[in-house]
Amino acid sequence: MKYVVSLVIGIVIGAVLFVLGLYYNPFTSQAAVSPLAVTTEQVIDLSFSAVPQENILYTDDGESTASPYPDRVAKLLEPAVADTRVWVTELQDGRGDATGIGIKFSSESEQTRLFKGEALTNSVWHVYLPGQGTLLIDQTENNWSYFREVVIPARINSGKNWRGAFHGVMTNGPGALGTARVTGGSGLFADLESESVESLTARGYSAILGPVSMNGSLTIVVPEAVSEGEAEEE
Amino acid sequence: MRRLFRTFIFGIILGVIGAGALVYFRPAVDLHRERSLIAVQPNGGNIERFRINLPSDRILVGLPGVDNSIPAALEWPGEGLLGDMQAEIFIVHDDDNAVVGVASRLASSSEETGPFIEWAVHLPARGTIYAQMELIPAADGFRNGVLRSGTREFQSLVGNVREQFVSEVEEGDSQGRIVLEAALVGLLGDEE
Repeated sequence: MKYVVSLVIGIVIGAVLFVLGLYYNPFTSQAAVSPLAVTTEQVIDLSFSAVPQENILYTDDGESTASPYPDRVAKLLEPAVADTRVWVTELQDGRGDATGIGIKFSSESEQTRLFKGEALTNSVWHVYLPGQGTLLIDQTENNWSYFREVVIPARINSGKNWRGAFHGVMTNGPGALGTARVTGGSGLFADLESESVESLTARGYSAILGPVSMNGSLTIVVPEAVSEGEAEEE
Repeated sequence: MRRLFRTFIFGIILGVIGAGALVYFRPAVDLHRERSLIAVQPNGGNIERFRINLPSDRILVGLPGVDNSIPAALEWPGEGLLGDMQAEIFIVHDDDNAVVGVASRLASSSEETGPFIEWAVHLPARGTIYAQMELIPAADGFRNGVLRSGTREFQSLVGNVREQFVSEVEEGDSQGRIVLEAALVGLLGDEE
């Protein structure tokens, strides 16, 4: 009997050691610097709040930490969309002025491999910038660093919250350099084929309420021809 | 005592390997899939129809003038920012009326940006269809459009997307429904 007890205790300790190894694995950290930081092309920087209650609309299946907003928004309860989140947010330019609107659909990805430190979501942004046009951003995001440095610490904290400074590049594909794929729709972006990166800056998170102080940003590369068209329009 | 210690160490190794195997082989995400209802076109490619029941499938309606917006208490940006742009977000069903995704429809007649109507249809287990529609519907009641871009399963496809508002009331709707029909084909020379 004592051998069985010893074996079981060993298995439990082994499993815990594995989980700790996975959690503290230094080789799975994400870049904090955007791969577009050194681009010579012109970029558009758009920022938005990542706190549901500071956005126009947020909804999911109602089971996540963040509550759908506004209160009476439809929830995504059906099995095919239960792992999907819908954001509608006002996008701001570098000066903090409202410059457009973004609709984001994101769904958990079956390519997720926790073993490799990849907690992936497939997401698309449908963006409208008045006076400029529309575009679609297709990306794979890796939330592992965000979970590891923000969400899990908040959950194990006795106060069920996290305060600190987190900044991470969330986009990790499908572009070869870990960038998102941008397809222009109308206006100045009509024939645009470009790339983009989304990053997240967090200062406060509650394991009960979800994001408390959090901002996201989208950096979109705009080829010279498009920027020139924009200047002519002005 | 030594055998007991060895059993304990063996347990630890077994625990590490077992947990590793579980994390490695068991999918962390297993998305629900509805069977695709696809019809083959005579000239190649396939046709897939989606439907949106109105008003039950509306998640958001953002119109100039806050009073018309859905859901209640939506703080839709004013005309000062978005002009006459209309945004709608829907739950999307397949032809058997099973929910398969969500979609956004943006429309504007702004001369500043150039008028447009476009759809982004997001099917979580498959990918996204980004379609641009013609401004004027055809005589048959359909509004024709083209697939501007697709992601994942739709990335290598080209084709047309048609939109039609059907006013006949069926089960699940009381204002009619929107039918989206995607006729897509793989690019010539595509291995798939």
